[in-house]
Amino acid sequence: MVYNPTIASITARGLFGRRRVLVLLPLPLLLVGLALLMRANDVPARDWGQPLLVGLGLAVLLPITALIVGTGVLGSEIDDGTVVHILTKPLSRAEILLSKYVVAVGVTVVTAAVPLFVAGYLASGVRLGLGLVAGAALGALAYSALFLLLSLLTSRPVLLGLVYVLVWEGLLGTWVSGTRVFSVEQYVITVTDRLAPTDLLTPNVSLTSSLIMAAIITAGAGVLAVNRLRSLSVAGETS
Amino acid sequence: MTTVDLTSVSRWYGNVVAVNDVSMTLAPGVTGLLGPNGAGKTTVLHMMAGFLAPSKGTVTVDGAPAWRNPSLYRHLGLVSEREAVHTFLTAWEFVLASAKLHRLPDPASAARRALELVEMTDAQDRRIGTYSKGMRQRTRVAAALVHDPQVLLLDEPFNGLDPRQRMHMMTLLHDLGAAGRTILFSSHILEEVEQVSGTVQVIVAGRLAASGDYRSIRRLMTNRPHVFAVQSSDDRRLAVALMGQASVTGVEIDPGTGLTVRAGDYGSFTRALPRIALGEGIRLRRLIPSDESLESVFEYLLEA
Repeated sequence: MVYNPTIASITARGLFGRRRVLVLLPLPLLLVGLALLMRANDVPARDWGQPLLVGLGLAVLLPITALIVGTGVLGSEIDDGTVVHILTKPLSRAEILLSKYVVAVGVTVVTAAVPLFVAGYLASGVRLGLGLVAGAALGALAYSALFLLLSLLTSRPVLLGLVYVLVWEGLLGTWVSGTRVFSVEQYVITVTDRLAPTDLLTPNVSLTSSLIMAAIITAGAGVLAVNRLRSLSVAGETS
Repeated sequence: MTTVDLTSVSRWYGNVVAVNDVSMTLAPGVTGLLGPNGAGKTTVLHMMAGFLAPSKGTVTVDGAPAWRNPSLYRHLGLVSEREAVHTFLTAWEFVLASAKLHRLPDPASAARRALELVEMTDAQDRRIGTYSKGMRQRTRVAAALVHDPQVLLLDEPFNGLDPRQRMHMMTLLHDLGAAGRTILFSSHILEEVEQVSGTVQVIVAGRLAASGDYRSIRRLMTNRPHVFAVQSSDDRRLAVALMGQASVTGVEIDPGTGLTVRAGDYGSFTRALPRIALGEGIRLRRLIPSDESLESVFEYLLEA
């Protein structure tokens, strides 16, 4: 299994060539804009840090970015049929997926980590900024694997991904504490808080569980996705 | 020598049977896969290309299963019907990327050769999004040919091509077949198949209706009576004169709509009719071949 730069470059060009990529812009701008606004008005960080960094940054910006990118690198190619060009090559399906996964993780980290760093820095300093970057990187690894798999399991990956992010992690994560063990968002909070302890973040899952669960989700989704891509049926248009 | 073998292959989607117990062997040379729209041609092609698992039976390329076997694509090229291309790439980038993904030793020269083969060199640096349908088609053929595959499968390759491009594509397929490649292309147009390949597989409603040399299948088709609707200034007198013709096997008179003429041979009847009308001083008002639709030809084949 190797990374294939040709696939990665076509994938990246495809991703940025679609208008959908513009959807990635508003959330980072909103996060940075609101953080700047708070600082400019001297609002203390303990009043806005939690809702902005966690409520907007980790609960919305990071997973939604990963969702748009993760489904964009594969789901859209399956939708419009261009995936056939890559599938008709004598390449291991793992190589195809890994190359797309690398692009998805890379774009997600850059898009989410930069605004998170800025907001974290404004709230508490460089350390929290860097902690958030590391947390976002871990989150991007798990989310991207999950959403790539979703693109292969369903023809509506964005919808199902939204249900996971908003209903499972958002709603149930708040009210039903048991679901937190299966929530990527919680792992990100735990890892960030361990690297940059502040009273802005409240971890609910232990560091060990977070790391193990993130690894299981990433590897499990990866294995399932490769197997699924091996048996991807491409049906005809007319018959 | 590479062969593609289908052995008792069926494919169904839920309750719908798309392909029903089809067995065929493709040998080197050009084979046409002929059938009306919705007959199951694409399903057959996709099973050969490893994009669909047969529900029953086996599909092999040189003895190796086509399904879940990416190494197949070392020797096989596919041009699907769906006109899906990365519109943001130029033809050169697209074909070069294909060459690289095949891990060819010299991708640039392979891409150049493939683009020359389909006569796309002049436009190769423009984005595919700006191309006409025919140009996109040829670009996709170049990408499928870049690794010089032993087997090439094409789904409706002549769709959207103008007559000159069509001619060029036919020559290209013909030459590839003559060079010992195994070429299969699907079409719902009889004449396309006739011009390119001697061997055809006719598929109707998911079943293999006829298979083999084109000429013998064509003879089956020409042996059946052709039906024409004719209207003239004096239908009854024309009917009498037509019955004297060897090529005419029956005439019906309907006072409302005119004559229904059955002719054994299409060519000699259509040549004889104006001569007879002229000789009898009858004016022809209408001549319509009433069963020329492709479906009726296929139906006939299915009955034969």
